[in-house]
Amino acid sequence: MKRKLTMIQAITEAMDQKLADDSRIMLLGEDIGVNGGVFRATEDLIHKYGPDRVVDTPLAEAGIIGAAIGLAMNGKIPVVEIQFLAFIYPGFEQIVSHAARMRYRTRGQYRVPMVIRTPYGAGIRGPELHSESVETFFAHVPGLKVVAPSTPYDAKGLLIAAMEDPDPVIFLEPTKLYRAFKQEVPEEMYRVPIGKAKVVQEGSDVSIFAWGAMLRVAEDAAKQIERENGLSCEVIDLRTLYPLDRDTIIASVKKTGRAVVVHEAHKTAGLGAEIISIINDEALIYMKAPVKRITGYDVPVPQFSIEDDYLPTAERVKDGIMETATF
Amino acid sequence: MSSLYQVLSPAGELVGDLKGQLDEATMIKMYENMVLVRQFDRKSINLQRQGRMGTYAPFEGQEASQVGSAMALTPGDWLFPTYRDHAAAIVHGQSMARVFLYWMGHMEGSISPKHLNIMPSCVPIATQMVHAVGTAWASKLQNEKHVSIAYFGDGASSEGDFHEALNFAGVFQTPTIFFCQNNGFAISVPFSQQSASKTIAQRSAAYDIPGVRIDGNDIFAVWLTMKEAMQRGLEGKGPTLIEAVTFRYGAHTTADDPKKYRDQESLSEEWRQERDPLQRLRVYLENQGLWNETKETELIARVNEQIDAALVEAESYPKSKPEDMFKHVYAEPSWMATEQESELVKPSKQEGIPA
Repeated sequence: MKRKLTMIQAITEAMDQKLADDSRIMLLGEDIGVNGGVFRATEDLIHKYGPDRVVDTPLAEAGIIGAAIGLAMNGKIPVVEIQFLAFIYPGFEQIVSHAARMRYRTRGQYRVPMVIRTPYGAGIRGPELHSESVETFFAHVPGLKVVAPSTPYDAKGLLIAAMEDPDPVIFLEPTKLYRAFKQEVPEEMYRVPIGKAKVVQEGSDVSIFAWGAMLRVAEDAAKQIERENGLSCEVIDLRTLYPLDRDTIIASVKKTGRAVVVHEAHKTAGLGAEIISIINDEALIYMKAPVKRITGYDVPVPQFSIEDDYLPTAERVKDGIMETATF
Repeated sequence: MSSLYQVLSPAGELVGDLKGQLDEATMIKMYENMVLVRQFDRKSINLQRQGRMGTYAPFEGQEASQVGSAMALTPGDWLFPTYRDHAAAIVHGQSMARVFLYWMGHMEGSISPKHLNIMPSCVPIATQMVHAVGTAWASKLQNEKHVSIAYFGDGASSEGDFHEALNFAGVFQTPTIFFCQNNGFAISVPFSQQSASKTIAQRSAAYDIPGVRIDGNDIFAVWLTMKEAMQRGLEGKGPTLIEAVTFRYGAHTTADDPKKYRDQESLSEEWRQERDPLQRLRVYLENQGLWNETKETELIARVNEQIDAALVEAESYPKSKPEDMFKHVYAEPSWMATEQESELVKPSKQEGIPA
């Protein structure tokens, strides 16, 4: 019988296999060693690879990310864990001013091959600033790649690809999905290419674009609406948020003529706007209705008593689909 | 000044122990390098005034700190300069033509010579200090006998990255040298207003790493302190914080007017007359019979020739092309950048459109 893993197990396995495969790989972060990380993504790795390769760092995000930049320039491949996406802000300057720019500034002479892993997103009943979805900050910065898997299989394959990528990768792990379900994950090392979206379900009436935890919401809505209204939805998991897979987006909307983007990030300047823009540039004349965005609101992610009211639900997505279908 | 470690007094007299480490040839080279970079600095200011260069950050007055520290390094060491440390970069092997190019607005000015690790000038304050921890850490893990040096100013010691860098370096015992040139001002704010601590060197105590406060205008003190810090790093004994007390005669940059916030002329005059780094070494060398007016004249002519040659090289460098901005953002260009680049070089579509 094939084995099934949760997303967190798949992530651990990706790091474990790369640590064994490439002596340049180092993990750095707060509590990632003996404690195995706040979500246990690095469980036991320190015992296998030692404290020089799985490093419990001081509590200092600029220090961790800045030191990782130096390590990467001098022959290492650091994989940094930041405990929650909103804790990345003290290290933000290091990411945008240095990690993203070192290759450019030195005309290719110095490279920063590193991965910054961080849980993101709401729906886990976390305290303040534990549930943000600000992927657009990073997708806006030239020099970075931004990845957000939605399944255990993709999480392993994308993380291995990220660790082998010559450029810095921001790897966003949907916290809600860490242990939400299990999926068959091959034991061997494999890669899911960065920059390629996945057609999760083929359909002919409307395209739904989502990533991370919202992919499940999109899939639920698609199933329900097919049952209730007979509409055939094409569901696409973008998987990489920069660079976006334009070809897959365009091929789908040319077929369906309708689109809904689902993201839990705030609406304004969220990636939904970028996807709509790509559709306008490339496929406007194929469209039968304006593209609908179902998103989080332009408010700080609320604390958990009303967290569910902030997040897009299958109901909201269904309403959006019906709006485009009946336009 | 008495609390500072000093080897060569402002009067050019030996007041400390050279520990048998400094030979005459090195001393002469120190002087020649200081004259070279001072002439380079003055030339750069002139070029900016003539409109041949963009805004420039001068360092005159800080030559002993930069030249002395960089001369102590070996080729495999990693040098992290700020935008004011081109003297250190030049002495470590960066070509003057590249430094000119940088200030003329060419991205190629940040390229390090092969086999040397000279990082681009760092514009954000204190951020490069953490990188120097990272490269030194990698050197240590890879058993490479090299140190990393991060230059910074007194203002940088207020930034969070300063503290994170010292803390990391202490915890992981990285061979990093934190080299502060304390010139008393962070643009307009005097050190007394920058920090309640009396010195920067004393901050080392908080991280349990060695800290030393030296006369930054005494090149012997700088060089000997650096050698000791390097040895400590290479022996696995971790980082060192060096506070070199110095003064910059000129403005923060060519776009700044220091008269607004300090008594510029009398302060500069006082430092120039009483503590100049070049003057004191020259007096010492003359007293040793190692230097004279003829040699001085020859040296000035020689360095000016080198600087002029570098300028010709920089000014004849091919003009940057607009499409150059699309290179080296990623290992492989993104589809967006490739498309935007093709739009950039496309002839304008505006022509011929009817009103």
